[in-house]
Amino acid sequence: MVRVAADPKAVHVAEEFQHDRPLISCRFDPTGRFVFACSEDFTIQRWELATKNKVALAGHGSWPRDIAFTPSGDVAISCGYDEMLIWWETAAEKPQPLRTLKAHQGWVDAVAISPDGRLVASGGRDRIVRIWQVEDGAPVREMSGHEKHIYSAAFHPSGEYLLSGDLGGKVHQWEVATGKLVRTFDATALWSYNSGQQVDYGGVRSIAFRQDGQQVAFSGLHNASNPLGAVNEPLVLRFSWEKAEKLRSHVAQGVRGVAWRACFHPEGFLLAANGGSGGGWLLFWKEDDDQAFHKFQLPNTARGMDLHPDGIQVATAHYDRKLRISRLAPKAT
Amino acid sequence: MKCTYACGSQEHLLARRTFLGGVVAGVGAVVGGLGALATPSAARQLARDGKRVLVINMHGGLSQLESWDPKPGAPTGGPFRAIPTSVPGIHISELLPKTAQVMHHLALVRGVNTSEDDHGKGIYLMLHGRRQTPAADYPEIGAVVAKALEPLGGDALPGHIKITSGGGGRGNDAAYLGPRYASVRLGDGKPPSHSSRPDGMSDDDEARRQQFRRLVNEHFLSRRRTAMTDLYTYSYEQALQLMEQRQIFDVSLEPQKDQERYGDHAFGRHCLLARRLLEHGITFVQVSHSNYDTHNENFRFHYEQMGEFDGPFATLISDLADRGMLDSTLVVVLSEFGRTPNINQYYGRDHWSRAWSVCLAGAKIARGAVLGKTNENGTAVVDHQVDHAQLFHTYLQAVGIDSFATIDVAGRPVPLADPAAAPIKELLA
Repeated sequence: MVRVAADPKAVHVAEEFQHDRPLISCRFDPTGRFVFACSEDFTIQRWELATKNKVALAGHGSWPRDIAFTPSGDVAISCGYDEMLIWWETAAEKPQPLRTLKAHQGWVDAVAISPDGRLVASGGRDRIVRIWQVEDGAPVREMSGHEKHIYSAAFHPSGEYLLSGDLGGKVHQWEVATGKLVRTFDATALWSYNSGQQVDYGGVRSIAFRQDGQQVAFSGLHNASNPLGAVNEPLVLRFSWEKAEKLRSHVAQGVRGVAWRACFHPEGFLLAANGGSGGGWLLFWKEDDDQAFHKFQLPNTARGMDLHPDGIQVATAHYDRKLRISRLAPKAT
Repeated sequence: MKCTYACGSQEHLLARRTFLGGVVAGVGAVVGGLGALATPSAARQLARDGKRVLVINMHGGLSQLESWDPKPGAPTGGPFRAIPTSVPGIHISELLPKTAQVMHHLALVRGVNTSEDDHGKGIYLMLHGRRQTPAADYPEIGAVVAKALEPLGGDALPGHIKITSGGGGRGNDAAYLGPRYASVRLGDGKPPSHSSRPDGMSDDDEARRQQFRRLVNEHFLSRRRTAMTDLYTYSYEQALQLMEQRQIFDVSLEPQKDQERYGDHAFGRHCLLARRLLEHGITFVQVSHSNYDTHNENFRFHYEQMGEFDGPFATLISDLADRGMLDSTLVVVLSEFGRTPNINQYYGRDHWSRAWSVCLAGAKIARGAVLGKTNENGTAVVDHQVDHAQLFHTYLQAVGIDSFATIDVAGRPVPLADPAAAPIKELLA
């Protein structure tokens, strides 16, 4: 694949894929052929980018929450609010569940596959992180230590460590080989307790590693003056991997909502999708600035985002039942 | 304000002979009682029956779809599934697994339409049985029950108690029934404020202090007795009684295993305290659980809140049943309204009063019943629609109070409940 330089300031919506129910999250497969979106109708929708051909992956008994892929892209594993992990053949003409596994007690919010494609990690409301073998779904180990609902998980690019983030803003680093808790990143700026409304709110909504593994970003929200009314602002925390120190608190002036997902672009900048009372936005930050260097308003609130392997296409999942493909490049003339 | 003592009502004449004699129903010009209920025989019967009422207020607006009327798989259904209950054919949200096991004690009213989407007005009509108007104020259900079920001769303890997560104090919710029936709020489930004797004061000191107060009071009352002074006197005497029985409000005196069964969180402790108060004869107890006003992330917040509600509520219902109290205790789980079937862009649900649910249990309420039905998406009631006024009548009738009775307010009979409505007969066993 020939990579062209990304131009975030030229970002624009290039394509829209229509579904009939609101979408929750989205992912490109590693080959870049398909984009997948979890939907409120309990299905995962798969669109082939070149043809726009749409296929439903039906198997979850509740909302599917996220989907992860082996590095080759052959196998996809989804998690959902039905307590399940489901294995799929990514490119099957008519995808059927290959394996369905009751992974947790309660919602499963997080699923991640190791860089070597051998292990899949999951986490959810039972506050337990579990690791399974991708090949046969056999349990490998489970780790306890979270005090609140687990929202996110990601393997370090080395494959040696797994991070899991929770509602309370704590991100635990686990040694994959032993299950030992190595250290905890303090991302509690993403959490708050509102005593008036008596609710915990916020949490680590996504974890993203820079490609070299030397930095990690945690996305979510802060300034939650009215959690039940969706009055809050997006926040992405950038940490060094070596010392687990916070390097930046990336904010976006004038934008309200949640940074549902952040990704490191191979060219060094960080991007995130925001959704909430301030509408949908793509936000871009450089390493040395807290404030976004560019903000792009999407036509509808965003709930999920992914970066295509080409570094140019960005998929966003929307409440208005559309999956949008934005391009980090000037419009074609 | 002069007290109108010349009414001659039987209730009043009887009450005058008691220790708290001469204490009228309140500061207002209420001179009568609750019609037929005020007769000695009726009141004696209610007292013997030990009728009580417990209201659990799901503050903010509980989602009916995440509780009593799930619509799994519908576009409005959200992510949660429905589970079977102890009553074949009745399903409720999977967020209530323990409540599902006590469904045979409960009745669900799934066809509530109150047409009021404002928080303040919504909770007013649910607790008063009437729509709020500038022209008149009415007492809350707690005040009505406290008065109607008050033992002859009055009660040493307040009959209208609200356990809140906020501060304590006295409510202003009895309208023309007067402050005597206004709620006493137990902030965070703690005993009423200033209900313990100051440190260092001996029994003798206290007795002499009260004796002196009564002497001065009697001297003053011999010449200037009014409803206000009577109420003042009553408040002191009630406070004294309350201080002597302060342990009733101390939930830590409940067995440790019960404290564990109810859970180590505020709502669990408040439910256990409610049981304790009801067992000690408090007529009306209200517990609040916050916060259900989930315009944002409705499902995550309901997941948390219902998880906290489910265990203590089911435990409380089981305990009331096991102890033989459910036959005499009405339990009402209400809210100011329900939440929109439509899921908004923040995964939230907004206010929706046109099709929602209330859960009842105990007293004369039918057990293991469902009344009313909403359509496929839960947007409208399609069968057995009821409103706040009918529910209010039903609450009163369920504990033996004639909801069609009137209260004599300055010579004007005021209906206890909305006279245009009637009890829901299907719910009354």
